[in-house]
Amino acid sequence: MNLPLKPNETNATAHHLYSDAYDWTNQCVKCGYCLPACPTYESMGVESASPRGRINLVKMAAEGKIDFQKDLAEPIDLCLGCRACETACPVGVPYGHILEAAKEAIENSPSSNQKNKMNKIKKLALVHLFPYPKRMNRIGRAVQFYQKTGFSKLIRSSNVLQKVSPALAHLEQALPAIESSSKRIRTGTIMPAKGETKLKVAFFTGCIMDSMMSRINRLTIELLTLAGCEVILPENQNCCGALHSHQGETEQAKALAKRNIQAFMQSDADVIVNNAGGCGASLLEYGHLLADDHEWAGAARAFSEKSKDISQILHQLGPLPFTEEWQGIVSYQDSCHLRNVQKVQMEPRLLLQSIPGISYVEMEGFDRCCASGGIYNLLHFDESMKILDGKMKNLKETKATTIVTVNPGCQMQMSIGIQREGAANEMKSMHLVEILAKACGLD
Amino acid sequence: MEKEALDDLRQIIPDDRMFLDLAERYCYSYDASFGEYLPEIVIQPKNAEEISEVIKLANTHKIPVYPRGSGTSLSGGPLPVKGGMVIDMTLLRDKLIIDRENMLAIVSPGVITANIHKKAEEAGLFYPPDPSSSNVATIGGNLLENSSGPKGLKYGTTKEYVIGLEVVTPTGEIIRTGGKTVKNVTGYDLTRLIVGSEGTLGIVTEAIIRLIPKPQSKQTFVAHFNHLIDSGHAITSILSSGILPSALELMDNACIRAVESYRPSGLPLQAEAILIIEIDGHPLAIEEEINKCADICKAEGASYVKIAETEEERQTIWSARKSVSPAITQMGPTKISEDATVPRSQIPAMMDRLNNIREKYELNLVVFGHAGDGNLHPNIITDKRNITEMKKVELAVSEIFEAAIELGGTLSGEHGIGTLKSPYMEMELGITGVNMMKKIKEAWDPNNILNPGKIFPDKGQTRVVLVT
Repeated sequence: MNLPLKPNETNATAHHLYSDAYDWTNQCVKCGYCLPACPTYESMGVESASPRGRINLVKMAAEGKIDFQKDLAEPIDLCLGCRACETACPVGVPYGHILEAAKEAIENSPSSNQKNKMNKIKKLALVHLFPYPKRMNRIGRAVQFYQKTGFSKLIRSSNVLQKVSPALAHLEQALPAIESSSKRIRTGTIMPAKGETKLKVAFFTGCIMDSMMSRINRLTIELLTLAGCEVILPENQNCCGALHSHQGETEQAKALAKRNIQAFMQSDADVIVNNAGGCGASLLEYGHLLADDHEWAGAARAFSEKSKDISQILHQLGPLPFTEEWQGIVSYQDSCHLRNVQKVQMEPRLLLQSIPGISYVEMEGFDRCCASGGIYNLLHFDESMKILDGKMKNLKETKATTIVTVNPGCQMQMSIGIQREGAANEMKSMHLVEILAKACGLD
Repeated sequence: MEKEALDDLRQIIPDDRMFLDLAERYCYSYDASFGEYLPEIVIQPKNAEEISEVIKLANTHKIPVYPRGSGTSLSGGPLPVKGGMVIDMTLLRDKLIIDRENMLAIVSPGVITANIHKKAEEAGLFYPPDPSSSNVATIGGNLLENSSGPKGLKYGTTKEYVIGLEVVTPTGEIIRTGGKTVKNVTGYDLTRLIVGSEGTLGIVTEAIIRLIPKPQSKQTFVAHFNHLIDSGHAITSILSSGILPSALELMDNACIRAVESYRPSGLPLQAEAILIIEIDGHPLAIEEEINKCADICKAEGASYVKIAETEEERQTIWSARKSVSPAITQMGPTKISEDATVPRSQIPAMMDRLNNIREKYELNLVVFGHAGDGNLHPNIITDKRNITEMKKVELAVSEIFEAAIELGGTLSGEHGIGTLKSPYMEMELGITGVNMMKKIKEAWDPNNILNPGKIFPDKGQTRVVLVT
């Protein structure tokens, strides 16, 4: 019988992983209850694509039995990070923490300089784009220019993107029409509540949401004020750092977290609201991310405790003053990070069902990841599409004409799914905020 | 693996279903028991013909082969203890036919057991064996390990339901045993021999399983006892009163405390035992039976009895039982889970013996289980990095088995022998009994290809060795 080995002293990465995550991996009793919850185990069918397999591989790496790059990197990279396994686990293994510790270790392991092309794109986005609101906005404006000028039609008809990268081509088509920046509500603004002020909230704008989906942000703020919130948009807020954490760039994630904590704690808001499941999960975990940082731990915990999803706030303050009836069948695709990390499941459904005239139908496998997974659909296009196509089959069975999500990544992924099905004329994907705003006559 | 063998294997299994890389091999090196053995190769066949060819090749090149379902085994069933080849059976899942007229299901081995439950119930039928792992475990694994769960008391184990099989033998032939008839007395009952053979006598590639009418209704109640001995008497009184509950579960004081500190729900910390009893059948009959059971518990000294009035209350009662496993793993990272089983009249005596073992070795030993059928689950919670304690665990495990056998019981009620209990086989069966079984194995599998190292102890092995 093999005993756990002490990691080789010369292998500093294994040593780090051992102290960071070994005890967590040891909590796994290998019962396999996580297997049916895992979308990549279902689509790939091998144990290394399952949570139990991945946890065991992290353990093996920490024990110095396998190589970080050669053996561990791919199975970890192929994980969507949807964390559905955590909800299925009977013993509460903190899979998300294990995953991030593994990613950080892989990133820092000695042989990590053998990066492929995709990793360079990843790095470019993570290090040089997302953390900088101005750069993101410039891109947003460029995309808007691209969409407005008819250049996009030219690109689409020439099929050039498809030849370069099917992943990018899909994403290009899934991008929402970007609203003119003149409509964007800028940070530093305070929007008063319409009528009585029931709650003071600080709004987290996000990086992609702010630049590419500023329309959804604007509608979120309008809905909040309509529901009785005074909405503060703290200045100097920035990207939540979720994608950095997920890609093993923990130090950068910590730096971003600290900037956000500083920006938000200056406002005297009761609640910090966001409208993106992935960002929300990341904000909720600042307490964990900075737990070892004596200077920041307390503030990080306080920040996390105040963080709420838009659906929680609107449900709490509801009912919304709807003015329009909705025609047609609507279904809801859970955001994994909203469902599995923030544990918000009922509020978006109840809000949807409260819209006058709506027919709400639950889709089989609503709790399964759509395989957008941050930028998973860019990094692992084929695997992602395999999972998405299965999801679309279930969605079609509901006969829904609208699929609603609460996360930009999920929303775009569902748009990609609709395109792949050739169903763009009969079906659309919307953010929860968009459909609620429309029913409230805000659009 | 030798290059020649590998080249031959490539003629049978395509590269994308054959894994030689270290990561994937490590992923098939474990199950839900204790132990880790690295296979040389993992393959994922898709049909009986491929498996047949692979087994013939394994005989030619003398490669050990281990069939594996979802790897939920608690006895080490699929562990590749002698290296060689793990056959992952999870891709064989294309067939799940419910034959309503004949009340049967015809299934591929990789089908998840819960899917059989679901499909059978949709047809108004019922497949009773319900291992806790049924949402994950494959039916192939269930029937080779002869699994069961809380419903074993009334409905028995998997073997009660298997009436026909398609099997690849240890030498690579494809045979059929039994058939679709409930009555079948033709020749030796090879079906029964293979079911529970733990993958040492064949690889099941299709099974015909019997279904029964779905019970119309069920009711559940819970009883608390301040004295363990009273709960034992309540169990025997209920069972001798002519009532056969569909489940009769027991939690001891250590379990109660563990569950309460894991997820506080107002369980009685002073109670020495909690019984959960479920009765299924016709609504009128169970109404009468459940009241009678509750009366018996009160008469035997239960301090509290509660019959669930709503489905929500029923779930609350069961959630305490279902929290046992997660609750006790909070006490330590390593869980040695046993399933020694005694005749149900001996449950109080067995509980007593287990208490003594707990005190003697000063171990975290908790007991829960399917008391109605005498199937107890003594669990020792420890840390395998603590060598001194692990040595004590080895001794305690031996004593648990000795106690079970002395009380007229058996080493395993539902998990199988695997690697963890093989050293004790002679204790239960005697040397001649074990030799008879070995003769069968040698006749079926002359090259000892299929799942070697299981059921039978290595020479001179008389107790389990958990750490070296």
